[in-house]
Amino acid sequence: MSRQDTITLGHGSGGTLTHELLDRYIFGPLSNPHLDRQHDGAVLDLRGPLAFTTDSFVVQPLFFPGGDIGSLAVHGTVNDIAMCGAYPKYLSLSLILEEGLLLTDLERILQSIQKACLEAGVQIVTGDTKVVEKGSGDGIFINTTGIGTMHPKAHIGVERIKEGDAILVSGTLANHGITIMSQREGLSFASPIESDSRAVHEPVLALLDELGDAVKLLRDPTRGGVGTVLNEIAQQSKLGVQLDAESIPVAPTVNGACEMLGLDPLLVANEGLFIGVIDQSVKEKAIDLLKRFPASAAVTFIGQMVASHPGQVVSHNAMGGKRVVPMLPGEQLPRIC
Amino acid sequence: MKYLDEFRDPVLAKKLLDQIHATVTQRWMIMEVCGGQTHSLVKNGILDLLPEEVVMVHGPGCPVCVTPMNLIDQAVQLSLREGVTVCSFGDMVRVPGKEMSLLEAKAQGGSLKMVYSPLDAVQYAAQDAFEGVVFFAVGFETTAPANALAVLQAEKQGLTNFSLLVSHVLVPPAMQAILDDPFNNINAFLAAGHVCTVMGFRAYYPIAQQYETPIVVTGFEPVDLLQGIARAVTMLESKDYTVENQYARVVLEDGNRAAQDTIFSVFEVGDREWRGIGTIPESGYVLKETYRSFDAVEKFGLLNRDTDTQNGCIAGAIMKGQQKPKDCPHFGKGCTPVNPMGAPMVSSEGACAAYYNYAQPTVV
Repeated sequence: MSRQDTITLGHGSGGTLTHELLDRYIFGPLSNPHLDRQHDGAVLDLRGPLAFTTDSFVVQPLFFPGGDIGSLAVHGTVNDIAMCGAYPKYLSLSLILEEGLLLTDLERILQSIQKACLEAGVQIVTGDTKVVEKGSGDGIFINTTGIGTMHPKAHIGVERIKEGDAILVSGTLANHGITIMSQREGLSFASPIESDSRAVHEPVLALLDELGDAVKLLRDPTRGGVGTVLNEIAQQSKLGVQLDAESIPVAPTVNGACEMLGLDPLLVANEGLFIGVIDQSVKEKAIDLLKRFPASAAVTFIGQMVASHPGQVVSHNAMGGKRVVPMLPGEQLPRIC
Repeated sequence: MKYLDEFRDPVLAKKLLDQIHATVTQRWMIMEVCGGQTHSLVKNGILDLLPEEVVMVHGPGCPVCVTPMNLIDQAVQLSLREGVTVCSFGDMVRVPGKEMSLLEAKAQGGSLKMVYSPLDAVQYAAQDAFEGVVFFAVGFETTAPANALAVLQAEKQGLTNFSLLVSHVLVPPAMQAILDDPFNNINAFLAAGHVCTVMGFRAYYPIAQQYETPIVVTGFEPVDLLQGIARAVTMLESKDYTVENQYARVVLEDGNRAAQDTIFSVFEVGDREWRGIGTIPESGYVLKETYRSFDAVEKFGLLNRDTDTQNGCIAGAIMKGQQKPKDCPHFGKGCTPVNPMGAPMVSSEGACAAYYNYAQPTVV
């Protein structure tokens, strides 16, 4: 491998090598009128209340079944904007590259970013690239910041949640976390598991079009999983969350992996899932609508908000047994036997 | 999933609960030996569905919980040593040692690798030029065959940089120690299904007879546990002090002979210290003389300091079934899964973690 095949400190110097790198790998694939100006920042014409969010991505491995760090960086921020009840519009893109990163890998990641942006209808309008010494990074770190315009009917807020509100998840749980863990640890399963990394703004915006302020809260349960987010909802709303254990959707292979590793799917990370808290009167309507979108075809109601046990998430099973679902304490650790 | 879903059938579970309610006439203390069983009981809310006469007591069957603190300290010491990598199952890495856990040692530059199988550690040793790859060989009879196999593989590959930090413990001597305790209050045992998968259950016949304590080899799903409890209650009510096998779909009376042969080609029975309980004679495995070159304690000249101070943690009493996690003044206050004071709060099989993670709702 020659030096030209990898990122070197020179690529971060700001000089010729930097320009070559940006032109070939970044401005090329991501071209749009805002970015093409190559100015220090972007000037945007946006009206009304805006949603604004930022997220950093440090996933290892960089490439995994169902996505890579590039697509994840777009989906993560697009979804955060969607959770505010907004139309995702523009993203910034900051790359921290580690000396020695293969240029072919960088190219693949940027192509993936471009594809994800195109699919989600967003543009990268400004950004930054830095190079750190070998050993100071992990190949590549990405930060994306996003901005979007609020949906006129959106009225999202935990304070609007009431007893009896229904809780839905848009798909099956734990796919992303189990994919990453199995890649990292070299575990293989009979049928392949893929990350659920995807943008979910389309079904979310359609839900707002149709149901407006009957949608009380939207959250994407990434790190910490659905269980952690539900605990946050219970604590912030000062109500209880009552789950129906049997209705929680988990794909059979993912469930098998969780059983084997001793992990609770409720506490494993997702990247293309959202939780909705909605007025119970529009429950059926919401399901019918969300089922029409590929990103939420497996939507399921998993429980409701209750006045008893405020601040706690309690799962009920068909046997009549109950248990409190905790927040994820630290890291989920695989068990011995 | 096949062999799991049938044993989670709520209709069957309710029938068994009715049967237990109908059979019991007096108070019985039944110990489930394995931490996996404890977690399933708590996670499925079964404890609250049982009649109040049936008191489930949580046993010592959590390998992480019974590993003495000085072993953790030795592992920490090794991970911080230049050129040495400690490979461990995930459960062990958060257990507090005297000064720090393995995870905290890693944050200070210690070399730690979490593995899913001891054979991964052997593979790592084969690839790697470090002077030492140490596998933290913790567990009951269940993990012993794979750990023995790891030594045999390393020997076959001529690896001189692989060794084990052994803390293997055995179930039957622990059950006997519990029954011999003057404060013992256990009337029956649900024996640990997976341990019996390897070892069989012949060793339990004399225990059941001598101590007049029925033993039911039991699985881990709700229906398994309820069947085990129903059998134990029936046996207690009829003074039937024998051994029954509820987990027959997995466990044979003689266990897995090939696995046992593998264990005894590498290990022999020896004395072991149990965290919170003390030393129990002939209660664990140690490497045989011929495999001592794979013993990390000897290889690295580790100090065996007596560091098992209890810092107010009542792990010993909990593991002997004499106290419940909620009896501990630190439970949920000074001691949580994020900041554990003792191992039972860390492990996915520890009784305190089960009570903390799957606690019952506080209804207003």
